[in-house]
Amino acid sequence: MKREQIGLSLGLRLLAILLALLFTVMVLLLSGAPPLEAFRQIVLGAFGSYKRFTDVLVSWVPLLLVSSGLLITFTAGLWNIGIEGQITLGAIATTWALRLLQDSTFPPALSLLLATLAGMLGGAIWALLAGALKTFGGVNEIFGGLGLNFVATALTLWLIFGPWKRPGIGSMSGTEPFPQALWLPVLPGLRLSLWALVPGLLAWGMVFLLLSNTYFGLRLKAVGKNLRAAYLLGVPTWQHMMLAFLLCGALGGLAGSFQVTAVYHRLIPAISSGYGYLGLLVAMLVNFQTLWVAPVAFFFAALNLGSIQLPIVLKLDSSLSGVIQGVLVLFVLLLDGVRRRMERG
Amino acid sequence: MKVELRHIHKHFGPVHANNDITLSIPAGTIQGLLGENGAGKSTLMKILSGFLRADSGEILLDDRRVIIRSPADAIRHGIGMLHQDPLDFPPLRVIDNFLLGQQAKGIFLQRNQALEAFQRLAQQYDFSLDPFAYVENLTVGERQQLEILRLLWSGVRVLILDEPTTGISAAQKQKLFATLRRLAEEGRTVIFVSHKLEEVEELCHRVAVLRAGRLVGEMHPPYDTRKLVEMMFGREIQAAPRASFAASIPVLRLQQMTLEDVRLRMTAVDLDVHAGETIGLAGMEGSGQDLFLRACAGLVRPVAGRVLVGEQDLTGKAYHAYKRAGVEFLPAARLEEGLVPGLTLSEHFLLVSERQGFFLQRAYAQRLAEEQIALYNIKGRPHSPVESLSGGNQQRALLALLRQPLSLLLLEHPTRGLDVESSIYIWSLLKERCRQGTAILFISSDLEEILQYSDRVLVFFSGKVSPPLEASALSVEELGGLIGGKGWEKFGVQRES
Repeated sequence: MKREQIGLSLGLRLLAILLALLFTVMVLLLSGAPPLEAFRQIVLGAFGSYKRFTDVLVSWVPLLLVSSGLLITFTAGLWNIGIEGQITLGAIATTWALRLLQDSTFPPALSLLLATLAGMLGGAIWALLAGALKTFGGVNEIFGGLGLNFVATALTLWLIFGPWKRPGIGSMSGTEPFPQALWLPVLPGLRLSLWALVPGLLAWGMVFLLLSNTYFGLRLKAVGKNLRAAYLLGVPTWQHMMLAFLLCGALGGLAGSFQVTAVYHRLIPAISSGYGYLGLLVAMLVNFQTLWVAPVAFFFAALNLGSIQLPIVLKLDSSLSGVIQGVLVLFVLLLDGVRRRMERG
Repeated sequence: MKVELRHIHKHFGPVHANNDITLSIPAGTIQGLLGENGAGKSTLMKILSGFLRADSGEILLDDRRVIIRSPADAIRHGIGMLHQDPLDFPPLRVIDNFLLGQQAKGIFLQRNQALEAFQRLAQQYDFSLDPFAYVENLTVGERQQLEILRLLWSGVRVLILDEPTTGISAAQKQKLFATLRRLAEEGRTVIFVSHKLEEVEELCHRVAVLRAGRLVGEMHPPYDTRKLVEMMFGREIQAAPRASFAASIPVLRLQQMTLEDVRLRMTAVDLDVHAGETIGLAGMEGSGQDLFLRACAGLVRPVAGRVLVGEQDLTGKAYHAYKRAGVEFLPAARLEEGLVPGLTLSEHFLLVSERQGFFLQRAYAQRLAEEQIALYNIKGRPHSPVESLSGGNQQRALLALLRQPLSLLLLEHPTRGLDVESSIYIWSLLKERCRQGTAILFISSDLEEILQYSDRVLVFFSGKVSPPLEASALSVEELGGLIGGKGWEKFGVQRES
């Protein structure tokens, strides 16, 4: 890239952020809220105290895992929208394993390890289903993934109100919580578990290494950028697409698994908490640059946590964070299109 | 309607696709338009039918100057084009296709009215089409009939047909010709674009020949075939001395191979290809040579017969199995099928490198790329994205990506779009491969290239394949005639399907 091009690209990114802020200000003004105060509350909500900062990290972990995984499928040219279902299946598989193991004589650490692996496996299998539908059934991965998301949600509800219901009556609050021995240990007085944070960071680093420095990553890029040429150059294309699904699904499953073992300690209906869709936004925003996943995911997590304050202090709905995130992605993509037009002539 | 084209010019970048073409066609005429691929026939017809705008020049209809801005505009002026691939909607019914493209009158479809018109027209021209059949179940010939009816209903008085006889049966062809004659008798003008000399001679009242963007001549019956071929292909070509390869073991054997696609069927082809020889595949585009070449790579599955590479029977196996047996295929669309835009040259070399571990070795890649760039004289740097290279350098890069050694190399248009210097360089690289024992099969629409570099030549015409012809014994007239469908009797091959 030439120097002016980099300058233009950076300038348009900044403009996109500015436009997103401007739009949010307009939304706030229309709903009669003071914009500056709202932004101040978001910042305070996310970083007002040490505890709040660690809470941001708690939701950073799944987002980091999911976005890193999605970069693998994006690189292979696949829209793995089924990531929501893969998170859910990870949570279900982990819950299933823990239910089996909680009455056994296994040491809790081993049970947790096995349950985590089960979660990764669950997510991977769900992703392979979407992959097989695409490769062998000719079903576009967007449609297949979307369908599987609905199946995953239905499966969760059926389990919570059916076979895994609490003694007495099933409820939306989920399954019976696991004994504390089967919770991932947290930092004293906080909700953050280093046992989730460290694997999250490791996964991000490994995806970075995989995509930028391995033959596998290079072949994935070739498949994503030109499937036909990659095949003619000798790359086993469908196998690589399946592997991309598998890895992404495993990371999504790991995110779901941590939602059970480190956050909720049980299966709840909305166990994926929308991290899949949010991860898609992060992946789109960073545009294949793995290093940016961590800061952007952190920013999104902070927005989520920060906006929890809004209904309490300003009587605003906390979905404002979703507005900011969505609008930001839209403006970045829009200005990317503008840039491409400018470059073409 | 009388059609006049005056001083039509059209450029595509550096290519002068139509160079000062002036042509006058009286009403009630069937005008033939001949020329090899890239001669400018399609461009000229696209200008007349509103798909393209000329850079300069004018169009007169019945002595009135008109400006045609779009295909819809052309229809309003009474000009309709029947494309080689029918522009219809296969999942819809015949009658709905018939209705599409009409000037909308109100919101609701006038289906009954349309049905009446359809049946009247079909009866008038003796077409038996079921208006409620789905178009996807029709043959190419029937879809063509539907298209003709649709255009007639739109009131066209000039009908352009682009290679209309490819893929239709002999009976359908006779019916088509009868219809075209009748349309001409009714005072309509028919422009028949084709490369099939015989058909043009049979049907057309007059013929114009295009070559390299220029109108090089016109002819009225009786036609002189030799003269037409000469006008189409121009120059006399000198052939170089050849070696004989029959003694060596074949690297590729085709036994009774039968191929099929929607347009054509190629029956029971036998061929032995020997190490080190070059076979040129000649024929107008879409005559079956592309299908044939891809079948030799396992990219198209034969419906019958066997394909043997060396000693291995690879019939029905995928391309990667052929690749492992030492076969490589280089597509004509370099950036669409050959290279991966967005990746650099050195990343391409890594991608095909045989010592792939887990981690990329950037230093090795750099060294490898620099070596290959020097060896193949590629104007580019290891970190250049492939899409930034010129066409000639992309082709050199593709050749540099081929494995060593190779038993069979299949090339589509190896020098298309390259300047003379690049073409000569590419061929010197290819001939070096031949000396190392690689056999080459290549498609080209350039007769000079075919005759100059091949040892043997296969000619394709409407799915027929000639026996292998010694290039040294072949003249350009003979080859041009064969490409246009003349002189096939001597092979004992039935000419019509």
